[in-house]
Amino acid sequence: MDFKDYKGVWVFIEQKDDMVASVSLELLGAGRKLADKRGVELAGILIGENVKHLTKTVFEAGADTVYVYDQPIFKHYRTESYMKALLDCSDKHKPEIILYGATSTGKDLASAVATDLPTGLTADTTELDVEEETGLLLASRPAFGGNIMATILCKKYRPQMATVRSKVMKALPPEIGRTGKIVEETISLKEEDIRTKVLEIVKETVKKVKIDEADIIVAGGKGLGSFDGFQLIHRLAETLGGAVGASRDVVEAGWIDHPHQVGQTGVTVTPKIYFAIGISGAIQHIVGMKNSGIIIAINKDKEAPIFQNCHYGIVGDAFEIVPLLIEMFEHALAKEKVTK
Amino acid sequence: MLHIVACIKQVPDTKIIKMNPKTNTMDRRTAPAILNPYDAHAVEEAVRLKHKYGGIVSVVTMGPPPAVSAIKKCIEIGADEGYLITDRRFAGADTLATSYAVTKAIEKIAKTRPVDLIICGKMSIDGDTGQVGPGIARRLDIPPLTSVNKVVEINQEEGYAIVHRKLEDGYEAVRSTLPCLFSVEKTINEVPYSPLPNMIKAARYTPQIWSVDDLEGVDITQLGLKGSPTIVSKVWAPPKPAGGSILEGNPRAQVEQLLSVLLEKKELFEAKEGV
Ligand SMILES: Cc1cc2nc3c(=O)[nH]c(=O)nc-3n(C[C@H](O)[C@H](O)[C@H](O)COP(=O)(O)OP(=O)(O)OC[C@H]3O[C@@H](n4cnc5c(N)ncnc54)[C@H](O)[C@@H]3O)c2cc1C
Ligand SMILES: Nc1ncnc2c1ncn2[C@@H]1O[C@H](COP(=O)(O)O)[C@@H](O)[C@H]1O
Repeated sequence: MDFKDYKGVWVFIEQKDDMVASVSLELLGAGRKLADKRGVELAGILIGENVKHLTKTVFEAGADTVYVYDQPIFKHYRTESYMKALLDCSDKHKPEIILYGATSTGKDLASAVATDLPTGLTADTTELDVEEETGLLLASRPAFGGNIMATILCKKYRPQMATVRSKVMKALPPEIGRTGKIVEETISLKEEDIRTKVLEIVKETVKKVKIDEADIIVAGGKGLGSFDGFQLIHRLAETLGGAVGASRDVVEAGWIDHPHQVGQTGVTVTPKIYFAIGISGAIQHIVGMKNSGIIIAINKDKEAPIFQNCHYGIVGDAFEIVPLLIEMFEHALAKEKVTK
Repeated sequence: MLHIVACIKQVPDTKIIKMNPKTNTMDRRTAPAILNPYDAHAVEEAVRLKHKYGGIVSVVTMGPPPAVSAIKKCIEIGADEGYLITDRRFAGADTLATSYAVTKAIEKIAKTRPVDLIICGKMSIDGDTGQVGPGIARRLDIPPLTSVNKVVEINQEEGYAIVHRKLEDGYEAVRSTLPCLFSVEKTINEVPYSPLPNMIKAARYTPQIWSVDDLEGVDITQLGLKGSPTIVSKVWAPPKPAGGSILEGNPRAQVEQLLSVLLEKKELFEAKEGV
């Protein structure tokens, strides 16, 4: 393998319902930095049916080139068909780095592609960098279930690959009218050759908890002690008009459902105000909320790591502080209204 | 008769594990080893399918000798056979090398009893990648189906399976040819307490134990640390941000300061109050 043949940073462009997934736009933002540092092209690889017009969005988000596989066989995401397109493209154009969103589709695809290439794949990356001289990808993620980060390298294989958490990287503001080179590719793949078939896609009508879009999140941890204790979090959230978040331990205890979990194996959130109440501040939790506008921690242990990751901290008992906060907040709002 | 193989892993209970603050490494001695919680659901699903369609459930794991206890736990859940592949040469494997070794074990198991279905957990709580399952499927050249949260039908005669795959906003029903591999979500089932006869069987059970030399056609260079393209170059404690200002005073004074911070962002609350 001659590393000199491998050039450029690629982003797998995930699309659905005629839209480019936001994580792909974020990765184009992150990929742009890597490509510029290395002095190479940034490319998107777009696979689907009737998706060619999405290239516009991809260029505006920072790509120089988009490789497009637009064929009916790609109507639904399927591991085997998408993988074949990606392998075909990688074989022909030899990128140095391929990034995927750490979504269920991105992880599924990347795992299969990595095995066939073969190459190394770093999962759930939260920080990306590249060595300018060698092109070595520095992919970092929380590791070993502790409060540490690990940087993972793939020295002997190309391309280097990573899946990257959504909401961690920043998309560039779209540069309207920016264009680039479209490279149209096809592969000869017959429907009979694909061993899986999507029979039906069902959108669940149940209202999803969209805590990743809330301006205010009140998150509670194991420190609330019990299911009943955790109701205090709901009360504060209601008072402030915010959404409820939780640590993984709370979800595992069954005090609230998984869609509320913030962190590495939950959602990443960036609200304007984030309350962490009775949460110790493990790295897996921190990576999911550290980009919030104002982080407020309430914890009775003054050594808790959460205090290293907050803007304002109160060392105290949640059962004393939170009811007081609810009372005083309501009072203050009422006063506001009267004076107006 | 279905032959289902569940891939399982013994993991340190990361909830209890302590870190060595000097070296930034896991102090494995402090953590009890458990069956990866996600894999318990994989085994449970295999056992349910066995009860529904008839068949045999084998579990396979690559790990150090104590991993026998994780296999016993699977026998308690209702698995019939267990296989442990253990060898120093497997040590230090990343997901690519792990899927290679586990595949070799499955190939050997399949020699005596062809495999119809492989079930993996969504992820391991220590590796935490979810990459091993699809890796095994690719190596065996069978379709990988990840995020499976319901098995609708297994039709061995006609050679297909229908499952639901969880999507961000619902699910999709997918039909696949058999054999294939599922990575299952935790929500697919609940693992009940094990019935007493299974506990008794598990206590007496000894799994089949194989070293590298017991497997066939193994390319040693693809095993363990040597066969792993990814390497951990650096482990570091995340930079500690300056830290926030700790609000001083008695609780009422603390909350008052907090309130003034919040009220600076009044617009957020006003929207809600409709003022
Ligand atoms: C692979 C992996 C992935 C993970 N993913 C996630 C994830 O996505 N999200 C996540 O959150 N975690 C995740 N974790 C778990 C994480 O490591 C921590 O175990 C978890 O975040 C701890 O939850 P906690 O802070 O609620 O509980 P604890 O660590 O038990 O902390 C409870 C805190 O409450 C405080 N407290 C107790 N009583 C009171 C009181 N009356 N008033 C105020 N404070 C009080 C205590 O001082 C303590 O700091 C993951 C772990 C692993 C290994
Ligand atoms: N050492 C192993 N032996 C057998 N199966 C494994 C092993 N490691 C991982 N698996 C399987 O692969 C799944 C995903 O693991 P991971 O890719 O480590 O997150 C697990 O839930 C197991 O089903």
